[in-house]
Amino acid sequence: MITVKINGFEVKVEKDTTILEAANKIGIKIPTFCHDPRLRPHGSCRICTVEVKGGRNLPTACTTPVFEGMEVETESEGVVEARKEILDLLLANHPLDCLTCQQAGRCALQDLCFQYDVKESSYGGAKKEFEIDNSNPFYYSDQNKCILCGKCVYVCSQLQCTDAIGFAERGFPTHIATPFNQGLEESTCVSCGNCVSVCPVGALVPKSKEKFRYWETSPVRTTCSYCGVGCQMDLLVKDNKIVEIQPAMGPSNEGLLCVKGKFAYNFIGHPDRLKAPLIRKNGKLEEGTWEEAYELISSKIAEAKETLGPNSVAGLSSARCTTEENYLLQKLMRAVVGTNNVDHCARL
Amino acid sequence: MTNSIREVKKADAIFLTGSNTTENHPVIGAQIKQALKKGTKLIVADPREIELAKYADVFLKIKPGTSIALSNAMMNVIIEEGLQDKEYINEKTENFEETAKLVEGYTPEKVAEVCGVDPEDIRRAARIYAQAERGSIVYCMGITQHHNGTENVMSLSNLALLTGNLGREGTGVNPLRGQNNVQGACDMGALPNVYPGYQPVTKAEVVEKFEKAWGVDLSKEVGLTIPEIMHGAEHGDIKVLYIMGENPMVSDPDTAHVEKALKKTFLVVQDIFLTETAELADVVLPAAAFAEKDGTFVNSERRVQKIRKAVNAPGVAKADWVILMELMNKLGYNKEYNNPSEIFEEIRMVTPQYAGITYDRIDAVGIQWPCPTEDHPGTKILHQERCGRGVGLFMPVSYSPSGELSDEEYPLVMTTGRVLYQYHTRTMTGKTEGLNQKAPESYVEIHPKLAEELGINDGERVKVASRRGAIETKAKITDIVSEKVVFIPFHWAEGAANVLTNGSVLDKYSKIPELKVCGVKIEKLA
Ligand code: SF4
Ligand code: SF4
Ligand code: SF4
Repeated sequence: MITVKINGFEVKVEKDTTILEAANKIGIKIPTFCHDPRLRPHGSCRICTVEVKGGRNLPTACTTPVFEGMEVETESEGVVEARKEILDLLLANHPLDCLTCQQAGRCALQDLCFQYDVKESSYGGAKKEFEIDNSNPFYYSDQNKCILCGKCVYVCSQLQCTDAIGFAERGFPTHIATPFNQGLEESTCVSCGNCVSVCPVGALVPKSKEKFRYWETSPVRTTCSYCGVGCQMDLLVKDNKIVEIQPAMGPSNEGLLCVKGKFAYNFIGHPDRLKAPLIRKNGKLEEGTWEEAYELISSKIAEAKETLGPNSVAGLSSARCTTEENYLLQKLMRAVVGTNNVDHCARL
Repeated sequence: MTNSIREVKKADAIFLTGSNTTENHPVIGAQIKQALKKGTKLIVADPREIELAKYADVFLKIKPGTSIALSNAMMNVIIEEGLQDKEYINEKTENFEETAKLVEGYTPEKVAEVCGVDPEDIRRAARIYAQAERGSIVYCMGITQHHNGTENVMSLSNLALLTGNLGREGTGVNPLRGQNNVQGACDMGALPNVYPGYQPVTKAEVVEKFEKAWGVDLSKEVGLTIPEIMHGAEHGDIKVLYIMGENPMVSDPDTAHVEKALKKTFLVVQDIFLTETAELADVVLPAAAFAEKDGTFVNSERRVQKIRKAVNAPGVAKADWVILMELMNKLGYNKEYNNPSEIFEEIRMVTPQYAGITYDRIDAVGIQWPCPTEDHPGTKILHQERCGRGVGLFMPVSYSPSGELSDEEYPLVMTTGRVLYQYHTRTMTGKTEGLNQKAPESYVEIHPKLAEELGINDGERVKVASRRGAIETKAKITDIVSEKVVFIPFHWAEGAANVLTNGSVLDKYSKIPELKVCGVKIEKLA
């Protein structure tokens, strides 16, 4: 174990721990743009710069391992100065349209400019003029807002392993694009949205049907309802509507989702949903009440039991319903109707 | 799964068969690719050149339905070259000799012909898997949906036993579950022969236990499986059929037969949409979707995880558990639950594998069963000590050709599956425009040579017919499939693969229909 001091607080950590991890351990927040614990650290955004006593320059906290007796300051004057300079440079060619930007409220750039009082850039930098790539049905890419943190590229190459996007061009016009700029729709992108989920700014943005602000939403942690991976996710809810889904760090998905888990939630509040019981009358399904429906079903079950016995009733349970509901359906068949005629489509 | 999902990243070699992982379990697909980047070797055996086949060290493009022959041949090579784990076999397994004898006849040369692959590739695959310190077998419906699906699985277990690839991190025999809670439905005894926790309905002390827990007399007679229920309905033996959240009109084989059966019974369908099946119902009950209720799903690695209510159900729709409880009450069984956690408490009492799991314990992170007590951490890896009997037991199985061989009239083999952008019968995914844009309609994959022979161009409408029916669909010309094999994804009700599939040939143990092999012919439509 190694003992270090961060902002005057002592912390003991394993060898090879980074300053960022050590600070996290005692709840000291160091800002980051490009860091993601699942990715190989690359320290390219430099916003996590800190001061190490006796050091000559300001190292990046996400890539610098701690050493015994290390003393770190995370918000010293020099550090704040350096961070302001980075933000200043980023703003030089960032469209300052937070008023209408979808990302407002969960934008790392907005948050840090607020924290360090950077209102506008002191450089009269040229603005970027990239066309928005709207070709993918689930998200769009607005490269005018990209801060080149690289997270999307590395998530796509190191975690999703699709390698659909990369850095294009050098210098000022550097941006994130598909090979040969063919556009997302024509690329190998599988629309998993994992790049979208990590983009710290409004450069990769889900196409949303709803108008909402992140501060109006509340997250509800749940399990994806599609395949058996059981990915963990947060449903963002505004006014009884799910407006977005974000991946969570579940044991089986480690912060990843696929296109279905990330984007296919439209069925939940869909107008075609069944809203009332339907009962067949004169050959047609017509709306009825719960009481009517229960009455009819229970009389039919009673009738079947009387004429042919309980084994003339059968229930199909569902691999889509909850464990509790599956338990109840088999209990209904076994304990109440009196038959073991219960199955579900595990086989299909 | 005997092991946990993220352990695929710890494997030295993965033998992937009958699973198009990057499309059907995309997040596991991504994890397999992460493993490959770190040097894990990959063997793929599949009738189609799926995406992961492109990354494979060995790709075996086997004919549909020949998996047992392949596993046996791999075992033949492993024993022939002395690559088996002798210590493991001696200490932890039974019945090795008999199996070794059976696979003697399965030389790579002979089997290569059966499977339609190169004998050298079989040898290479066998060596890679056997020589890996940690070898993991991953499979899905491509293994189970056959007339001999259960034996397919046994043959994979044999491979794992032979090489000692069980009970350790990064090893195992790992079926990927197609639907979110297949595992939970099975665990809860939504099966005709077992109560929750796989306790047989035929065992006197089990029946007694449940009679006591539920306060009623119970039947000791094994119930009917879905195909048997459909058959019973068609013949007037099933008077009432209650279907919760399933759409057999699209998902089950031989649609014409299913429709006939459903129309002949009093049909209750409980679902979130008016599905193709619900349209035939006498009563349709509106249910809440997963985001509108609390409860648990159990994933492929046996992990019990929470779902939570985020929004209200539409209209007067109710959570499935509420509907079932109210119906129970209506039928005179007076048990009330105030919320799913009360049901879960009852589940714990009667299901030994779940006894130690509580809603509080799984609030932040789910727990993998078996979890017998409240201080038990759950079980990441099964069979860590000595394998229980039935697991350590080699089950020699012979290859038998599929129940439905192609003949002159139906010369092609059709196999079915899923695509990334749709899910099951599209009840849910069909409501997302972007997905329909990506995967708008049914199609049939045809090899370029076959297409040329039949004069079919890419994108043209074709008729595909089997002994059961015929559909119209779009031709997609691709060498993903072999010359004599065609593939149709089964999601769409329009151009539905299951109009063609065979519902009458069932696996003799599990009664799974043979969905992955079906004789067909194809014609160009004028
Ligand atoms: S959506 Fe997924 S595949 Fe597409 S670019 Fe983003 S991470 Fe890569
Ligand atoms: S698009 Fe977003 S995630 Fe990607 S480099 Fe730019 S800012 Fe970072
Ligand atoms: S997000 Fe995709 S991979 Fe994860 S559980 Fe849902 S469907 Fe499966």
